[in-house]
Amino acid sequence: MKLKQISVFLENKKGHLLEVLNVLSKAKINIRALSIADTSDFGILRLILPDPDKAAKILSQNKITVKETEVIAVGVSDKPGGLAEALQALNSANLNLEYMYAFVAKSKEKAVVVFRTENINAGIKALKKAGIPMLKAEEIYRI
Amino acid sequence: MIWDKKAECMTQKQRESLQLERMQKTVKYVYEKVPFYKKRFNESKIKPAEIKSLADISKLPFTAKADLREGYPFGMFAVPREQIVEIHTSSGTTGKPVVAGYTRNDLAMWGEVMGRTLTMIGANQNDVIQNCYGYGLFTGGLGIHYGAQRIGATVLPISAGQTKRQLQVMQDFGSTILTCTPSYALYLAEVAEEEGITAKKLKLKAGCFGAEMWTEKIRDEIEKRLHLTALNIYGLTEIIGPGVAQECPKKNGLHIAEDHFYPEIISPDTLEVLPEGEKGELVLTGITREGMPMIRFRTKDVTALRRGKCGCGRTLVRMDRITGRSDDMLKIRGVIVFPSNIEKALLEVKGVEPHYQIIVTRPQFLDEIEVKVEITKKMFSDEVKHLEKLKQEIEDHIEEKIGLRIKVTLVEPKSLPRSEGKAQRVVDMRNFK
Repeated sequence: MKLKQISVFLENKKGHLLEVLNVLSKAKINIRALSIADTSDFGILRLILPDPDKAAKILSQNKITVKETEVIAVGVSDKPGGLAEALQALNSANLNLEYMYAFVAKSKEKAVVVFRTENINAGIKALKKAGIPMLKAEEIYRI
Repeated sequence: MIWDKKAECMTQKQRESLQLERMQKTVKYVYEKVPFYKKRFNESKIKPAEIKSLADISKLPFTAKADLREGYPFGMFAVPREQIVEIHTSSGTTGKPVVAGYTRNDLAMWGEVMGRTLTMIGANQNDVIQNCYGYGLFTGGLGIHYGAQRIGATVLPISAGQTKRQLQVMQDFGSTILTCTPSYALYLAEVAEEEGITAKKLKLKAGCFGAEMWTEKIRDEIEKRLHLTALNIYGLTEIIGPGVAQECPKKNGLHIAEDHFYPEIISPDTLEVLPEGEKGELVLTGITREGMPMIRFRTKDVTALRRGKCGCGRTLVRMDRITGRSDDMLKIRGVIVFPSNIEKALLEVKGVEPHYQIIVTRPQFLDEIEVKVEITKKMFSDEVKHLEKLKQEIEDHIEEKIGLRIKVTLVEPKSLPRSEGKAQRVVDMRNFK
């Protein structure tokens, strides 16, 4: 249920995002999904990649600060209220959502959304209880 | 115009004999009156009677800012506190301020050297002096004030700030002399331009600007925009405040009132006295002070001394514009900051490694200071709120330790320049050279 995500610290400077992407491109690593959280000084780039351990290693070798974090990939019904339903499950369990972002690609008519909850195991449990489908890591990497 | 021709245009012989007489008297005086000096002189195995020539001053130990802090508050006074009629302090943010005590005679001497200073820039009893140096414990405001009163000019004790009102007063009262920091002069010029006030229509003719480092480029700018002659003033709380040295309209150095403040230039490394014309650290001895005479006070300001009669007629030695410091002291908007204290505070925050850089800039007219701190793998969190919290924690801790809020920017690891020898921890982009 858990999925490894790579987070990268980005200084708010021209060309820095490009630098990171170039490292991945040279290593022929394809990005499945990404999001950027930004402040006026810095940003955090979050990436879902097919082989997160390898990507983390390569990025580190290129002097880029990375952190591996666990997230949940949720398959949300691609219809109005689909995402709300998943969030309701967390809300009912009194769990905070730290952040979320969506995949561009779909998996079997489901929109894929990445969740980072404050307690990842509790998050999984709450979603499972509410019958919200979650995707396995392998399924995600194959998208 | 020269305020005191006798004092300011002495021959070398006259000057040296006066300086020696005053130096000998002061050395004996502090040895008897200030336990700190007695102890120091004894440690250096020097007796006041051994000062037989001006050059003998090099036998005396130096006095540092730290000595004054140690003696806080009144340890350096040579007279009982009851005889002190005024107290000033320096503008530092670290620990205890430096305290300076003035007797009635000291205030009279201060008024006298400031009278010379204001006369040197062209002021007389017909002038209206708009004094934008701060009044209070800072020496700038009252120092100028006493000089203005001495020469009989009309002084406006307005301090800095309320810039629009300053400009109103300047127009209504017909201010002819402006005294403030160079950055404030530029700010005044900018606001005047915004308000549609033509500098040429103002009555300003000259100004003495100091209390911070500045450059010839800034001088040109001030002169052009405020339509006045901009001259450099130098002084420090430990010695007296403003009035130690002033530039004349010939603009070839600042005349030191050396009949009151005996100057030397030393090498900050060997501590040896350097010959005339060589660049080094300025050391000053107050040879006429009563309340708090300083013996060989290390100013940490870097300059050079130049002899020879000036085109203005004065024979007083000239010092170059200050081009730097022999320690790491920075002045940010007039407040003294030591980068070493920022480092100390920084490293006290958990997880922070000593990879940082302090950047000082002056985007417009006011100083900005920023600390760039490299993020470490340990510090890096995937969540913005954690990083923001860390940043704030560092800012809070620095503020708590040095009393100044400094913007902290988290940067990528290994992004700050590394060097083989001494790392460049401070980047001062204000360009004073």
